Amino acid sequence: MALKEVGPMEEIRNHMQIPRPEYIAGGHSACQGCGHFVIIRHLLKASGPNTIVVNPTGCVEVVTTVFPYSSWKVPWIHVAFENGGAVASGVEAAVRTLQRKGVLSEDEPINVIVFAGDGGTVDIGFQSLSGMLERGHKVVYVLLDNEAYMNTGIQRSGSTPFGAWTTTTPVGKKWKGEWRVRKDMIQIAVAHHIPYAATINPAYPVDMYNKMVKALKADGPAFLHAYSPCPTGWRFDPSKTIEVARLAVLTGYWVLYEYDHGKYKVNVPVLKRKPIREFIKIQGRFRHMTEEQIKRLQEIVDEQVEMINKLVGRTVIGPVEG
Amino acid sequence: MMNKNLPGWRELPEGAVVRDPGNTETIDVSGWRVFKPVIIDDKCTRCRLCWIYCPDGAIIEVIDEKAKMGKRYEVDYVHCKGCGICYAECPVNAIEWVPEER
Repeated sequence: MALKEVGPMEEIRNHMQIPRPEYIAGGHSACQGCGHFVIIRHLLKASGPNTIVVNPTGCVEVVTTVFPYSSWKVPWIHVAFENGGAVASGVEAAVRTLQRKGVLSEDEPINVIVFAGDGGTVDIGFQSLSGMLERGHKVVYVLLDNEAYMNTGIQRSGSTPFGAWTTTTPVGKKWKGEWRVRKDMIQIAVAHHIPYAATINPAYPVDMYNKMVKALKADGPAFLHAYSPCPTGWRFDPSKTIEVARLAVLTGYWVLYEYDHGKYKVNVPVLKRKPIREFIKIQGRFRHMTEEQIKRLQEIVDEQVEMINKLVGRTVIGPVEG
Repeated sequence: MMNKNLPGWRELPEGAVVRDPGNTETIDVSGWRVFKPVIIDDKCTRCRLCWIYCPDGAIIEVIDEKAKMGKRYEVDYVHCKGCGICYAECPVNAIEWVPEER
């Protein structure tokens, strides 16, 4: 017998318990197979109706709110690229003040969530995110990472992985895609001494849901780094969104781990990793990669896995199989 | 997309806020589809994965006492964009991928 569905802000044990009410409506103009909306749907289910969403510029803002339409069934505010964190701080401070003055009830907590893209977090909105984490506002910051500026037409961002093709890191005789290594946002967030930070992935909905609940219940700012495959920008078939997301975890490219009050934990251990080649061969943005580049990307992934194993204190993500 | 029925700026609410949350539900995006998913109810094991992975919320869970396990799954063909995630992720191949005909 299936377990009963839970209310908002409660942890779940299996995916049958995910509540049914939707807080984001269909009919928005996101591309077919957009990873963002798998994530947003479930995070809003976890948060429930008492939620205020702050949304810096990006794909999500553009596709959900084509005037006079809106896909959001919760209060929503759009802000510029660079001040997602700052506006969320203000919203949270206002809610707290109104609760103290007795205008709003203190029994019902109001969640403030930021849905920002990787451009609005890793590059442009970096300072306001840093300020928000430093001041300790009780906000959940969700970074929807599709690894480039997809909304404006696939320009590279600080989150673009090594070797990926974008329109600003083209492939030709001299340039062979991105040559820099991406920023490690979880470590940057943890460096602000926040209580909770975690990586999430749409292919693992129960893990994603529980991490959102933990983030909402944290006694301070929480940072969630969501891996969000983009069929348009990464050049793969829209039906493979979840497959790509899952392969990222199975190859060790995307490790699902969390930082909870000083302790690291890997939530999805991978005992035998698949070679990175399996992950890149289904994406057109890596099609040009030479053997040398694949070897280098594998090294980058190995380094990252080794770092996480060290943080956890034991080998949770195993060696490459075969 | 110029629509003559759109209100002028004098008729808009202050700050041009949208007074009807979630009104993209009224938009029909079925024109995006080339293929459409068709759920075969007999094969379906009610594992709920299509409902979870759908980015558009276009799989509807219908409570039906007469159906197997008290519920069944239906596709909302107004909001389905035909991405094919449900078809690719269904573990028992209970979703058929049928060319759209108009």
